[in-house]
Amino acid sequence: MRPRTLYDKIWHSHIVEEREDGTALLYIDRHLLHEVTSPQAFEGLRLAGRKIRRPGACLATYDHNVPTLAAEREGGAAAISDPLSRQQVEVLENNCRQNTITDFAMEDRRQGIVHIVGPEQGFTQPGMTIVCGDSHTSTHGALAALAQGIGTSEVEHVLASQCLIQKKAKNMRIEVGSTPAPGVFAKDIILYIIGRIGTAGATGHTVEFAGDAIRRLSMEGRMTVCNMAIEAGARAGLIAVDDTTVDYLKGRPLAPRGRQWEMAEQYWRSLISDDEASFDTTVHIDAGEIEPQVTWGTSPQMVAGIGGRTPSLERCADDSERRSLRRALAYMGLEENQAMTDIRLDRIFIGSCTNARIEDLRQAAAMLKGRKISSSLKQALVVPGSGLVRDQAVSEGLDTIFIDAGFEWRQPGCSMCLAMNADRLGEKEHCASTSNRNFEGRQGFGGRTHLVSPAMAAAAAVAGRFVDIRQRQWS
Amino acid sequence: MQPFITHSGIVAPLDRANVDTDLIIPKQFLKSVKRSGFGVNLFDQLRYLDEGRPDMDHGNRPVNSDFVLNQKPYDKASILLTRENFGCGSSREHAVWALLDFGFRVLIAPSFADIFAGNCLKNGILAVALPAETIEELFLGIREAPGYSLEADLPHQRLTTSDGRRILFDIDFYRKNCLLGGLDDIALTLEKAPLIDDYEQRAKKHYPWLFGDIA
Ligand code: SF4
Repeated sequence: MRPRTLYDKIWHSHIVEEREDGTALLYIDRHLLHEVTSPQAFEGLRLAGRKIRRPGACLATYDHNVPTLAAEREGGAAAISDPLSRQQVEVLENNCRQNTITDFAMEDRRQGIVHIVGPEQGFTQPGMTIVCGDSHTSTHGALAALAQGIGTSEVEHVLASQCLIQKKAKNMRIEVGSTPAPGVFAKDIILYIIGRIGTAGATGHTVEFAGDAIRRLSMEGRMTVCNMAIEAGARAGLIAVDDTTVDYLKGRPLAPRGRQWEMAEQYWRSLISDDEASFDTTVHIDAGEIEPQVTWGTSPQMVAGIGGRTPSLERCADDSERRSLRRALAYMGLEENQAMTDIRLDRIFIGSCTNARIEDLRQAAAMLKGRKISSSLKQALVVPGSGLVRDQAVSEGLDTIFIDAGFEWRQPGCSMCLAMNADRLGEKEHCASTSNRNFEGRQGFGGRTHLVSPAMAAAAAVAGRFVDIRQRQWS
Repeated sequence: MQPFITHSGIVAPLDRANVDTDLIIPKQFLKSVKRSGFGVNLFDQLRYLDEGRPDMDHGNRPVNSDFVLNQKPYDKASILLTRENFGCGSSREHAVWALLDFGFRVLIAPSFADIFAGNCLKNGILAVALPAETIEELFLGIREAPGYSLEADLPHQRLTTSDGRRILFDIDFYRKNCLLGGLDDIALTLEKAPLIDDYEQRAKKHYPWLFGDIA
């Protein structure tokens, strides 16, 4: 048989029907739902009198809209003070109840950000096709699942048929060799990649991340990398199965057990690209060259190392690049050639599906132990990715470290990553954020987002500006 | 979904690369549980000078007169000309609903983000990808003749400018058919139920652990 990539293998094992027009009807194993992109899909089914084909393949969680203050959380959905947010949460609750879909209610300890909950529960498994009405579904590719974000019409299509109509994407391999320096994390690797290939660099491709630096990442680090594959334009990111993958899955509540585990494990171990498999595009990255990264602009590709500066307008290739640079600098309130370490911060956000797992919180807490956040900050927030991450952090005493340092310790949700709830930036405020998008207004009207790793965000909280965590006082 | 055959209209120039879906429709408007009514908040941050909230009377807000869609005749535009990687970022289909609700039926750019392009297709919006040089020429054309209009002809895969110039474009067979037919693809897929049943029977044998219910 022709050598195949990991993507080829998962794709081919899910074809229900191949069509002459180049598309395939692809079977979807698992479907994640949240309150913002699902209501219109359920409504569409209702209007057409259609049933959900496999409610048992779905899992719903409430994350985008939910408040993160304990007081507002305790009364459940009915206690959400924003009436529109409350309505969205209640609509999903009703849709789940009417269709016998399992959901993790706001009061459930398993509730959290959809892309944190899936892997944590063992819902996400290698070789699966997974969809969710959310672009960061690429996260689940860290477990060698073909996981893709879809629009609401496609959510409706999958609910009705358990299938998606798709054209196969091209294969891209991003090979990250050698070892990153201490202080350089998965977040820095993926930001550096996006800086290199651009936000459309992987459009039309499924990206497989490979190489020593990826192999050595923990499962959680791999999720951070795949999470932001979409920021490079790829609908899906993938990482091949190895011991790290299998060990991570063992004992998770929804992972197979007994005889089924043995069958599954044997299959999972075949989920690697064949040696001779060919990729349409290959990119090589040397992890040893990567510094801790900071975005300075309004697109994730506008990124620099902590020792770097904002670009100079003179060096732009053409007018259109100059215009976009000037617009970004103006929005961000920065000058050209400004040092990253000169950026002063107003707020800190540690959270989101990119960086709100337990290892992220540990890395941040390690910077904060015995320190206080700068008095120049207006707010520093930690929002764990799920109730279980939160519990684990508490059992390790991380909450105390955060609180003693001056952080607010919140309930799980998307929070200031997209600022649909009350957690948001004010106009012109600079935020060191562990999330994934620095778009204009993303974290609040006129807000200025700088994307960084959790350790960089925590150190920046102490200093009130960005600092190089490779320096001795931080290690 | 409305079929797409041909469409003529005024072309609004949005000279900006990497327009993300957060910019097309900001998150505070995603709290709606409907598919309609997003048009007044299309490009909210660019269109208005204040911070938009869902409960406002949008007719009374201060508008940014520098923004193209606030200028005549572009306030009546139904074709949007823009730069590369349009629609990147969040998968929110609300972005496409907002464009449609404003009146856009055709988008022209050097490239579109994948999920966004799929969402356009599901809503009968034609997304035409053209080489960057052609896009540049179209921008120049608009600068020289404001109020510039185009006809998009999907069966012939052709744009015709008001001065009679023709530009051919590529579109894959699948997308073209979907748009021409305006088909309900869920209904078509459901006709394949026996094939889906067969697939599930086969998969259950090979991957039995995938078929337990989530509970
Ligand atoms: S944390 Fe942010 S990026 Fe992730 S799912 Fe929530 S809103 Fe989307």
